[in-house]
Amino acid sequence: MTAGHATTVEAIVREFAADRTRLLDIIEAVQHQFGHVADNAIHAIATGLGIHAVEVEDTLSFYAFFDRQPRGRCRIRLSRTPISLMKGAQGVADAFTAALGIAMGETSPDGAFTVEWTSDIGMADQEPAALVNGRVLTALTPADVPGIVAALRQSGAADARLPNANIRSSLVQAGPVLSGELGGADIIRATLALPPEKVIEEITAAKLRGRGGAGFPTGMKWRLCRKAPGADHYVACNADEGEPGTFKDRVLLDEFPDLVFDGMTVAGYALGARHGLLYLRGEYAYMWDRLQRVLKSRRDRRLLGTAIGGREGFDFDIRLQLGAGAYICGEESALIESLEGKRGAPRDRPPFPTERGYLQQPTAVDNVETYACAARIMQHGAAWFTGYGTRESAGTKLVCVSGDCPRPGVYEVAFGMTVNELLDLVSAPEAAFVQVSGPSGQSVAPKDFGRRIAFEDLSTGGSTMIFGAQRDVLDVALQFADFFVAESCGWCAPCRVGTTLLKQGMEKIVAGRATLADVTATEQLANTVVRMSRCGLGQTAPNPILTTMRNFPEAYEARLQPGPFAPAVTLDEALREATSLRAHAPVTAEA
Amino acid sequence: MAASPIRFSIDGIAVEATEGQSVIEACDAAGIYIPRLCYHPDLEPSGTCRVCTCKINGRNGAACVTPASHGMIVENETPQLTDDRRTLIEMLFVEGNHPCPYCVASGDCELQALGYRLGMVAPRLPYQWPKHTIDATHPDIYLDHERCILCARCIVASRMQDGKTIFGFEGRGIAMRLNVDATGGLGATQMAAIDKAARVCPVACIVIKNDSYRVPNGERRFDIAPIGSDIEAKRKQAAS
Repeated sequence: MTAGHATTVEAIVREFAADRTRLLDIIEAVQHQFGHVADNAIHAIATGLGIHAVEVEDTLSFYAFFDRQPRGRCRIRLSRTPISLMKGAQGVADAFTAALGIAMGETSPDGAFTVEWTSDIGMADQEPAALVNGRVLTALTPADVPGIVAALRQSGAADARLPNANIRSSLVQAGPVLSGELGGADIIRATLALPPEKVIEEITAAKLRGRGGAGFPTGMKWRLCRKAPGADHYVACNADEGEPGTFKDRVLLDEFPDLVFDGMTVAGYALGARHGLLYLRGEYAYMWDRLQRVLKSRRDRRLLGTAIGGREGFDFDIRLQLGAGAYICGEESALIESLEGKRGAPRDRPPFPTERGYLQQPTAVDNVETYACAARIMQHGAAWFTGYGTRESAGTKLVCVSGDCPRPGVYEVAFGMTVNELLDLVSAPEAAFVQVSGPSGQSVAPKDFGRRIAFEDLSTGGSTMIFGAQRDVLDVALQFADFFVAESCGWCAPCRVGTTLLKQGMEKIVAGRATLADVTATEQLANTVVRMSRCGLGQTAPNPILTTMRNFPEAYEARLQPGPFAPAVTLDEALREATSLRAHAPVTAEA
Repeated sequence: MAASPIRFSIDGIAVEATEGQSVIEACDAAGIYIPRLCYHPDLEPSGTCRVCTCKINGRNGAACVTPASHGMIVENETPQLTDDRRTLIEMLFVEGNHPCPYCVASGDCELQALGYRLGMVAPRLPYQWPKHTIDATHPDIYLDHERCILCARCIVASRMQDGKTIFGFEGRGIAMRLNVDATGGLGATQMAAIDKAARVCPVACIVIKNDSYRVPNGERRFDIAPIGSDIEAKRKQAAS
């Protein structure tokens, strides 16, 4: 780093007012400027913020999208999920490595390209998909790759002229929430007609529950947050949509951003908050400029800022926070840590975020879809909302359908729909199994297709991956186990070590080397990880294994070794190093 | 207004707590031992190891980070929890490299002592055999990453008590490591052997040089009495 670079880093730190809680933005800006964050940049940031380098490194090294070493100027990240692989991602990866002459994870010698795998990027309905310097390419085929590489070589950057650089609208079926006007002044006017307590009563009467999948009653959360003492109250929107197979928040933010911001503004009014924060996953960085324009337009229309809707004393604004590749930040307390510029390690509760959240102040963290629903409730009333869905699960759910299905996309359906009805709706009646609510959810077998999408039955954040008879349920479970290894934050031992051990256990099972004792041991370990992990990630990481063991025991039985014990390593494997040194295989009795 | 006393029960035994005490603090004071590894009485808890997980009002929670509250029902020594805790200890054993027979901390090591106390006989989990380097750049202290269990004690002690922030974490997931505040290793930091951070390591990751065999093997803390005996002695004293 030259003196000029140091000046640039110092300027970036100043741009964020040398505020330690903005460390994520500062690192992001330095990474954007230089392509990586070198050691002396780390020192310049630490000096500028008055903290230690080890603290900068703590945050920096946590996020998949930050680098300490130079990588390729064109950064190609291919989405690796069971869905992308079934749609041909491996062939696309092979085409990239062939065209570039490097392996996955490597950088070309001229420093022009890095190609690597990444976790789900929110494009499950148009896989194989990739991020190229933040721009999204979809529906890739190996034949597209030479053209993409040539275009990147020519321009040196990713722009809209790249082949496949378009995202098709994913909305297939809109229901009551996604129909009608896109939001705006009417919703705010209806809200301001009520005192804040009445707004919370309306949300409570509508029986709105958190759409991320946990289903906590939103009205209760808002009431707890409102009455919690604090110098400031915060409204946070969780747009860190990282659950593989989910892409509804992308649809909402792409096509209904005003509705989401309306919902946040409703919450701001109800809670007496002046600040809103929307945590946008790093994979959705392509939306950044557009969302900023929407926010500006809202400020211009006095739907944000001071005296919103002409109401003196109601001041509320929204800041966007960009994430940087960490599934765990979708966990609300990890999201708050990340908002504060730290590693996304969840917090222990109590205290809950409603008492002490962002900057230790009362904070309501809600899902993107929850805010959209809240806005519609204020527009049409609680009775309108409870007219849809079931007694326990009012309203509708945005279901993201992907996989072996001719019509993937987002469907807004009323809660209470059975899996069978959903499969008919999306023209996939032949499904062999359905992964409901992503890897952290459940693998549902046909015998359970009569179950209902609802908090009281099959609770879901929306991800619905459909697998046909040609798919191997254990392969999918192994890929999900691998996902949790990549995304465990590492803070607590059961999840950090357990996810790796579970993956190894599944590898042995899938390879057909496991005995019944191994399967039992893997199941016991999985249950320990569920019981002992600190946060929802660890507590649900074993679900792919546990739910497939429960629902597809025959798939496990088919791969079992007979006998009481099978070694973890094979003899050939154990002797591999010796064999290669001696340049011949061990001499056996038969020889 | 005098605060009303906080009373709760653990394995059927009534315990009193003061406002702000965690479950583990209250139980320690009452002479009831909850197995724990990352928790240290002088430090803010980090909740990294989860060994002190108890069933609290029917739900699992770490005793070190759960505030004691009136009427709580805590289950501690159940076969299930003991089994889960032993599995956690085994996980930490296979995650690093822990050769007890020739480790400097043997007999003084909280990981080893918990293995004994919880009945770990032979490892059931596959060894990961990670490759780590030893940081011997400091004149008085060496840092053996093979043994680190990522408990965060040194990080907290250095920041909160020594006011130095020598340590931090690096990376995430299974690749997470203890990091020091200098590219040149521990020797390039302000670390001193008298720092609190040098004295809280539960294993043999942070080791003070030339000091390791002051107490010979066979005569060390946990050679003499199982881990937790000191806490349990308080209750026995009170009862007698």
